[in-house]
Amino acid sequence: MIAGYNTISMGTGRKEFHPKKPRPDLEDYIKEAGQAVLKMIGGAEKVDETVFGNFIASRFNQQGHIAGFAPYIDEGLRYKPSVRVEGACGSGALALTTAMRSILAETAEVALVVGVEVQNSVKAVYGADILAAAGWAKERKTGHAYFFPGKFSDRAKAYAEKFGPEKPRDAMARWYENAIENARLCPTAQEYHNTTKDLIACGIQKPNPKGFVDSLNFFDCSKVSDGASAIAVVSEEGLKRCGIDKKDAVEILGFGQAEEDITKPPAEPTRLSTTKVAVQKAFESAGITKEQVGTVECHDCFTIAGIMATEAIGFAEYGKGADFVLEGHTSRKGSVPFNTTGGLIGWGHPTGATGVHQAVTLWEQLTGKAAGAQIDIQPEKPYGLSINMGGDDISVISIVYKKAE
Amino acid sequence: MDYAERLQNVSVLGAAGKMGSGILLLTAIEMADLSLKPENKGKHYVLNAMDVSGEALPGLMRYLKAQVLKAAEKKIVFLREAYAQRKDLITNEQIINQYIEDVLFMVRPTTLLEATYQSHIIFEAIKEDPELKAKIFRQINENSTVTPWFCTNTSSIPIGELDKKAGLDGRLLGVHFYNPPAVQKLVEIIKADHTQPDLVEFANTFAKNLRKIVVPSADFAGFIGNGHFMRDALHGIHEAEALSEKYPFTQAVCMIDKITRDFLIRPMGIFQLIDYVGIDVCSYIMSVMNPYLKDEDLHSSLLHKMIDLGVKGGQNADGSQKDGFLKYEKGRPVAIFDVNKKEYEPVSSLQHACDVELGDAPSSWKPWKALVGDRDKDAFLKGYFAEMKSMDNLGSKLAVKYARRSKEIGLKLVEDKVAFSNEDVNTVLLTGFFHAYGPINEYV
Repeated sequence: MIAGYNTISMGTGRKEFHPKKPRPDLEDYIKEAGQAVLKMIGGAEKVDETVFGNFIASRFNQQGHIAGFAPYIDEGLRYKPSVRVEGACGSGALALTTAMRSILAETAEVALVVGVEVQNSVKAVYGADILAAAGWAKERKTGHAYFFPGKFSDRAKAYAEKFGPEKPRDAMARWYENAIENARLCPTAQEYHNTTKDLIACGIQKPNPKGFVDSLNFFDCSKVSDGASAIAVVSEEGLKRCGIDKKDAVEILGFGQAEEDITKPPAEPTRLSTTKVAVQKAFESAGITKEQVGTVECHDCFTIAGIMATEAIGFAEYGKGADFVLEGHTSRKGSVPFNTTGGLIGWGHPTGATGVHQAVTLWEQLTGKAAGAQIDIQPEKPYGLSINMGGDDISVISIVYKKAE
Repeated sequence: MDYAERLQNVSVLGAAGKMGSGILLLTAIEMADLSLKPENKGKHYVLNAMDVSGEALPGLMRYLKAQVLKAAEKKIVFLREAYAQRKDLITNEQIINQYIEDVLFMVRPTTLLEATYQSHIIFEAIKEDPELKAKIFRQINENSTVTPWFCTNTSSIPIGELDKKAGLDGRLLGVHFYNPPAVQKLVEIIKADHTQPDLVEFANTFAKNLRKIVVPSADFAGFIGNGHFMRDALHGIHEAEALSEKYPFTQAVCMIDKITRDFLIRPMGIFQLIDYVGIDVCSYIMSVMNPYLKDEDLHSSLLHKMIDLGVKGGQNADGSQKDGFLKYEKGRPVAIFDVNKKEYEPVSSLQHACDVELGDAPSSWKPWKALVGDRDKDAFLKGYFAEMKSMDNLGSKLAVKYARRSKEIGLKLVEDKVAFSNEDVNTVLLTGFFHAYGPINEYV
């Protein structure tokens, strides 16, 4: 992968965001991110096909048929193949694996991948209805007003019941603090302007079931975001075509993909079982172990999902994820820094773009382009891992990255 | 008849007015929420929105719809539970729309007083005119098919006398909302000597369900809110008049407005507040209160003069501010009325002279908004006023004098047993007037 680009993650938290003032729209984000990548790789003529990741512009923006925006990015993409894939919040990584399959099938040498979502078009109370489409529609009626926060609130509750209430709450607050501290180092992050002094005091706040959900507060949640991320997935041949040096590329060592039945509740709400399978597959496919992973971009749609991810990957034992976080392992100075530009909570969560954003972040970190947010990558732990999740642990894509040699 | 039964048929008089529309909204939501309870299923709820101005009723319904939408969005968690049995309502949006429909279909806009004759509760928010109120209460009471309770939103007229005049036998209570009722937390409840205890209990429950802060006030003209505000305003007017002997009138107004807003760290200056309430309304309330006051003349010829010139302040139908002592652009004062020349003079041409004459506020000064959010307001205010008292400039002197007068007014209300405690006076100013600190304090 080469030439990653993130737009700003726009929404509450950004100084330039005002709910009643005009903002860039879906096509603006697509164009900005797509053109930025094309510029880096030497123009549209280098591209064989375009893959879009988008969850649900059809309802947020009354816009279907996203594939048709490829030539809008650049006329050079006219008449070239373009496709849009959807796997709820996992759409971004699904777009990446779709592009990778094209490369592996040798039907393309260079694929442009663009993830995009514009969600601030409606108030959160209606956005919840739209995002609920990532669950089983027949469950909407019995679900919470804020459907997905409700789902993960149930998980947080189950987790607290099983492993004691205090530590997970403390760890969730700590997760939030790490996310914001990382976001402050990344100018495109939605929480880049956050100046709150006592982040733990925010994260520790008692949930308010009357106004929101039982076991999560607002700080436990990812952001409502507008934005796009784009990157080029290329073969070795494609890399040459684009004239880009290997040191500016990351190699994909392997990926794992797993699907759970959308109509079934989680068999064990305290575990991210599908995530675990996808990560194992990714490790097997790449031929590496967790000990070799230097940094992770995980799908922390809610703080509790971040904690459970540390267990699903195997860094922490089952039930010990909270300790792992509280001991500082996931912070940017820890043994395995997670979400180094803020993740879904700090950087933002333009749903269909998130998987691509994760890839861009890892590409930046592994090639030394993360500027103020740069972490040290130790030679014995050269791998980056991403986990992108659609729905409540339903569609999960995990990818292993390494700086190209 | 219990609380829920009482609220099955209610009328709001003056429903299209600023106060009436807010009371209508709050009542409509309370009634709708009652109707959604399983035990009330199938019961019929009626809320008459009565106003003499037929032209204002469509606007009222539009306002109501927009406000119920906002309220519904906020309480979606409750609504999803309330409509859990409705299998056809799946998304938040469907539930919110259903709720709006349920609220609006309960409300019957009308210009006919006859519509109120079956109501158990009458909320009245018409013109502040004792004769008119008494006449209407009497008419409803004599024609009603039930034995209605009356809640008046008067901010100044003694309840006991009004009850007697209308022949209501203790079925009238003062339930004084603050402007705008949907936002302001304060409700003054004023019980007369013979007010029925059940009615008082009902009103307390009602206000509590509306999540209001209730302050009881004795039945004395003006109660606590206007008892303080009218005297405080009159002090400001007198101070401006005194200054106008030395300075031009517009500059005097500018100075006093600045002292009350900035030096005293209030949400707005006293002349802006008079404009907000309405110059004519202030003058009228003073005239209602004045006959009941001993050794005191609550009256301002300046207000009369303004009214005679047709400069009255108050608000337009859309909630925007009308020009009064000050002229407003986008809600901000931009000019000051010269009562002699009968024209407005831009603030920009007055501000400098005003600032020079007053001098600086204490160096620790912070804006009202920041003070409201200050967790240790008390310590700040102690230091702030101590500094102010040590300062020699005109602004500080007038501000200290103003704060002392404000305190004196508050203490007098307690001494006269209009308020039951110092705390009640402070609560009214904090919640009804958004002051950052109560007038009865140890700072001055």
